[in-house]
Amino acid sequence: MSTGVSSQEEIAARVKALESMLIERGVMTTSMVDHIVDIYENEVGPQLGAKVVAKAWADPDFRTRLLDDATEACKELGIGGLQGEDMVVLEDTDEVHHAIVCTLCSCYPWPVLGLPPNWYKDPQYRARIVREPRKVLSEDFGFAVSDDREIRIWDSSSEMRYWVLPQRPAGTGGWSEDQLAELVTRDSMIGVGPVKEVA
Amino acid sequence: MNGVFDLGGTDGLGPVDPPESEPIFRAEWEKPMFTMFSACFRAGYFGLDSFRHGIEKIDPATYLQSPYYEHWLHTIEDHAVAAGAIDPDELDRRTRYYLDNPDAPLPDHEQNQELIDFVDAVVPAGAPAQRATDKQPRFSVGDVVRVRDDSPHGHTRRARYIRGRTGTVSAHRGSFIYPDAAGNGLGENPEHVYTVKFTSDELWGPEYADPKGSVYFDVWDPYIELVSATEGANA
Repeated sequence: MSTGVSSQEEIAARVKALESMLIERGVMTTSMVDHIVDIYENEVGPQLGAKVVAKAWADPDFRTRLLDDATEACKELGIGGLQGEDMVVLEDTDEVHHAIVCTLCSCYPWPVLGLPPNWYKDPQYRARIVREPRKVLSEDFGFAVSDDREIRIWDSSSEMRYWVLPQRPAGTGGWSEDQLAELVTRDSMIGVGPVKEVA
Repeated sequence: MNGVFDLGGTDGLGPVDPPESEPIFRAEWEKPMFTMFSACFRAGYFGLDSFRHGIEKIDPATYLQSPYYEHWLHTIEDHAVAAGAIDPDELDRRTRYYLDNPDAPLPDHEQNQELIDFVDAVVPAGAPAQRATDKQPRFSVGDVVRVRDDSPHGHTRRARYIRGRTGTVSAHRGSFIYPDAAGNGLGENPEHVYTVKFTSDELWGPEYADPKGSVYFDVWDPYIELVSATEGANA
């Protein structure tokens, strides 16, 4: 299996073979698999990042702390951990739009966004977003960023994990944090899509 | 190494085409595959940097076309063999067996609370890569720096599209495990990390660049050399 494309059946057999040997060595168990899968399917996901964004929108002091040290600020909400040990939040403004990528592999802030979508890990996005960001956002994601706005792409080459604080939409004055969090999308925290429209 | 995995700026790969939605794990095999990362990390078969380097060494055609978690399979398999934990011939034999008998059960085994406890500890606490060092940071925010234009054969995080390019230091992040050491089995050798801002003009040339675009890229201290210091910032 060193070259060429394997079928799903071939990969599944190889994984099961490796799993059987690691189980016999005591390195992993089936309940460990179930437990990890449960965490990343049901507990750690973009709803956590949305909670942080909503709090930053509603609480200016928290926003300041978040932009100053995202790892520490997220800890206040009990959010943090694996693949988000050192987080930095990038604040969108009228003048600047941010988006994140890992051109070298697939680095992504798991504690706030969960595991990345496949397109984020696949070659096409990683190759193009650093070279023609405005075009990728408009043509591939249907997300137009006006020509007068600067686009800053953050390539996660180190263990620093970047993610985006999108702009609070107009017409949300007086909304609760829970209501605000409903507007925050995974894509808006990657920087490839808008927050939800205010109904 | 100058591998195809280093994709930034590559043309001709086609559109992104994001689906409306997708499951976290697209196939059952992706679940044990994802778990093996934590399990084998705990067992000491690799660190994060050498895990990445194992992926970088995959056959390029396979790398570009295989499902994401197959990358993990290749590096974990290689590291488990290198650690002496897995006999490759036995792995081949069992692969053929499960190919012929896909529903055959896994070996009977006792569950192990220590593994669950490990997951419950590492998921919320993480595995920080920050390390103290006696080395002084050589650069300051505002310094203009150039990325050294050399091409190591082993693991590095020097993407080709920033090599030889000039940018401005926008942040000093502290000192971290050095991939060019750790990814090549040479220890952690921590170095200072900086974020450097490169304009799109600098990366792609004015004719092809987004006129209001820039890329922020993290570099370790040895990756860069000073072009001009910020006035007063080093005082």
